[in-house]
Amino acid sequence: MSKLSRASIYAVLVLAALYTLAPLWVMLATSLKSLDEIRDGSLIAAPLAPTVEPWLKAWSSACTGVRCEGLKPFFWNSLLMTIPAVLISTFIGALNGYVLTQWRFRGSEVLFTALLVGCFIPFQVVLLPMARTLGMVGLSDSIFGLIFVHVVYGLAFTTLFFRNYYVSIPQDLMKAARVDGAGFFTIFWRILMPISGPIFVVCIIWQFTQIWNDFLFGVVFAGADSQPITVALNNLVRTSTGVKEYNVDMAAAIIAALPTLFVYIVAGKYFVRGLTAGAVKG
Amino acid sequence: MKLKFVAAAIAASFVAGASYAAEVEVLHWWTSGGEAKSVAELKKMMEAKGHKWKDFAVAGGGGDAAMTALKARVVAGNAPVAAQIKGPSIQEWAQQGVLADISGASDEWDKLLPKVVGDAMKYKGKYVAAPVNVHRVNWLWINQDALNKAGGKAPTNFDEFFALADKFKAAGMTAIAHGGQPWQDATVFESVVLGVGGAKFFNDALVKLDPKAIDSPTMLKSFDTLAKIKTYIDKDAAGRDWNLATAMVMNGKGGMQFMGDWAKGEFTSANKVAGKDYACVPTPGTANAYTFNIDSFAMFKVKDAAVQKGQLDLATAIMSPEFQEVFNLNKGSIPVRSGMSDAKFDACAKKSIVDFNATAKSGGLVPSFAHGMAVPSATQGAIVDVVAKFMNSNMSSKDAVAALVKASRTK
Amino acid sequence: MTMQPDRWLPKLVLSPTLAASLLFVYGFILITVALSFTESRLLPNWEWAGVERYVELFDSERWWTSAINIAIFGTLFIALSMAIGLLIAILLDQKIRGEGFLRAIYLYPMALSFIVSGTAWKWILNPGLGLEKLVQSWGFPNFTFDWLVNPDMAIYTVVIAGVWQSAGFAMALFLAGLRGVDSEIIKAAQVDGASTPTIYRRIIIPTLRPVFFSVTLILAHIAIKSFDLVMALTGGGPGTATDVPAIFMYQFSFSRGQLGLGAASAVMMLMTVIAIMVPLMYAETKSSG
Repeated sequence: MSKLSRASIYAVLVLAALYTLAPLWVMLATSLKSLDEIRDGSLIAAPLAPTVEPWLKAWSSACTGVRCEGLKPFFWNSLLMTIPAVLISTFIGALNGYVLTQWRFRGSEVLFTALLVGCFIPFQVVLLPMARTLGMVGLSDSIFGLIFVHVVYGLAFTTLFFRNYYVSIPQDLMKAARVDGAGFFTIFWRILMPISGPIFVVCIIWQFTQIWNDFLFGVVFAGADSQPITVALNNLVRTSTGVKEYNVDMAAAIIAALPTLFVYIVAGKYFVRGLTAGAVKG
Repeated sequence: MKLKFVAAAIAASFVAGASYAAEVEVLHWWTSGGEAKSVAELKKMMEAKGHKWKDFAVAGGGGDAAMTALKARVVAGNAPVAAQIKGPSIQEWAQQGVLADISGASDEWDKLLPKVVGDAMKYKGKYVAAPVNVHRVNWLWINQDALNKAGGKAPTNFDEFFALADKFKAAGMTAIAHGGQPWQDATVFESVVLGVGGAKFFNDALVKLDPKAIDSPTMLKSFDTLAKIKTYIDKDAAGRDWNLATAMVMNGKGGMQFMGDWAKGEFTSANKVAGKDYACVPTPGTANAYTFNIDSFAMFKVKDAAVQKGQLDLATAIMSPEFQEVFNLNKGSIPVRSGMSDAKFDACAKKSIVDFNATAKSGGLVPSFAHGMAVPSATQGAIVDVVAKFMNSNMSSKDAVAALVKASRTK
Repeated sequence: MTMQPDRWLPKLVLSPTLAASLLFVYGFILITVALSFTESRLLPNWEWAGVERYVELFDSERWWTSAINIAIFGTLFIALSMAIGLLIAILLDQKIRGEGFLRAIYLYPMALSFIVSGTAWKWILNPGLGLEKLVQSWGFPNFTFDWLVNPDMAIYTVVIAGVWQSAGFAMALFLAGLRGVDSEIIKAAQVDGASTPTIYRRIIIPTLRPVFFSVTLILAHIAIKSFDLVMALTGGGPGTATDVPAIFMYQFSFSRGQLGLGAASAVMMLMTVIAIMVPLMYAETKSSG
């Protein structure tokens, strides 16, 4: 490729990155300003007298109810809920995708399509029937109920991701393995898992983001003791008739997003080319 | 594997349920800053009485998310002990048969509360909710500097109001600082209706929803006035948060703002003083009227005797003079309980207390429409839609009245 | 048991998902349909109301505004996110230095809760505070960008913020797809002397069909459920100019105590989506299989 076209590729990528970063700039700048500066100055200008006070407050002393300990205590609640929910739903999705592509049976396409309708069910209509169901089995207001709900409504997507990734894997591969006497799970572990890196990344990014950032399910199903960080963030940010501290709000929002960013960066490492000829033959 | 997981989860939740039997769980949406600190006072008082406070805090403008969570809890058969519910919604919830009679705590309340307030807390003659505070909605906030330059006299009717607005405009300011969000539009609207038509008309039109009052020349005039107000608002107002509009009044970019008394909190936190930096006066034409916005806690039916005791103690604590004072000093509102000393309150709050008591006697005390005190939420929503549409389009006053008539029939 | 495990095991593995879907998707849809024919107000109430809720719904100006808005927003949002996502993914696939870093930048908007980043966008797009003021201060006094406060244009600002948030994830999905393409095929084509754009157009992009399908579904899901986005940016305003069905549904079901009407709007929305998407999904599933 010519030098010129490479340079233009970089130019496009950097421009896109700048556009993407613009709101982050506003948030960062605001989070480092004092309230007086926000009231008087331009909202998108750089801070004149940067202060980390809002960050400290958001982390450890802002009120989120009668408790004024910042976002810190809610981190654990969110992790406790997100990690199991992501892992369970991703794993089930991978198995489902495997069955739907490599072990097709009569009607499996119809079933898959029927499953996908789950992508479109508005969560608002789920709330009350689900609350009733969880209440009946004694899971209402508990972190287990919340994990269960997230797994259930994540399955349509995780299945979709894996099914559409595995569908392009040649059938011959499977046939050869079965001739060799490999069973259902052996094929999954030995042949599919090693080439599933990129799709696991995508699936985990999606599920982690969805579940970590979910507000509606968290607020309705979590109960007072296990409220996730989004509920705390919302409590911190939204006042009905109180003073609005934009600097603390912005700092809190960035803090609440850090685990997701961390996942993007760590998971991103496994974003290497998956289906190389070698892996397929191996 | 999944079954095992569910079984373990059920077992765990039973264990958890058993150990928290005698807690008082309270759902509220005062989650941040001074509001949260005000609720924390209540928590302290409950703990002093030996109860455990379980905080179920869910924010959301006017409690949207809180109401959703509450509904899910009630449907799941797991309602909190008390929840922040106000106005006619108390009646709606009571009709579902889920609210508890708290007569055990409310013997004296009829004497302590104005009738219009007491009635709102009762269902079939029994108290089911405890009121916390009174916000006055019909306030006008004016930049004192700008007012002094324009002659120093705060407007008492709409003619003076527009004359002042013209002066502000001529001085290069945005005469009316406003945030174009539906609830703020409705806040201005109700003050205009009150100023143009008076308390009786307000009651007929926006509380009783009398079609004759809604479809009247007075209502038409209210919309005409609102249309004129629109011309003094800058074009960037759409979607602006109320507190940014308040900041405009503070720093002199804006002249005046229609907003309830919570705006005071913004001024105070910026070290601005009433009478020196800003003026608080009743909105034009409403000196003898008072739109109230009262927060209250509705009590839900609970089975456990210890929790029932906690519930009555909570109701008593809410109405106690100590809590009423400390809470309202924090929040900027005034005590709902009559006969309390106003010594610690600031000038705006003192005026609010005097007017509250006077209008309670004169009949000028009316429930705020915009803040969910006057009509059921469905009807309120439909009317707010009309007002927001009017504020953001070229709708004529005549069409607005027609739309209002239709909206007021929403059930 | 004499049956081969491979005969029943796959179906067994799939069965919990199917059971959950039957109960928690289809079961709950049925409940919603039932609710839409009742007098439900604050809480479910099974008193029969016939089609009254639907009459109310079709009579509501707000409902039609939100229906038109979701059509405009959905189309533009899906098309733009997809186009930008694919372009960035292809560019990133050119053995770019700092790929991991750039990828994280494109993805980060997904990580931020819109409750707050919506405020940042609101300031940027507000003519008096953000972009318009900035460009004017650079010496272009006639520059105007007031879509946010213009009822006719506000829905497009929702598109801008929506694309900002979601294009990154479309990029990730496309990138995973690109990385899944057998590199032998590409090498063979290169040996035949095909240029890079040709290889993408003729060979790689056609093999990404299932990915396009995933991306469409994901974006459609985001578009239909866009609630936080609109609430934080415009609150459905100016007036009701940017109202969308998700807000309509939520407000009527929960804030306004008109659960029956909310359910009716949910049913209408779901029916429309299913009518559009299911044939597409089935055709795609069949042909890619």
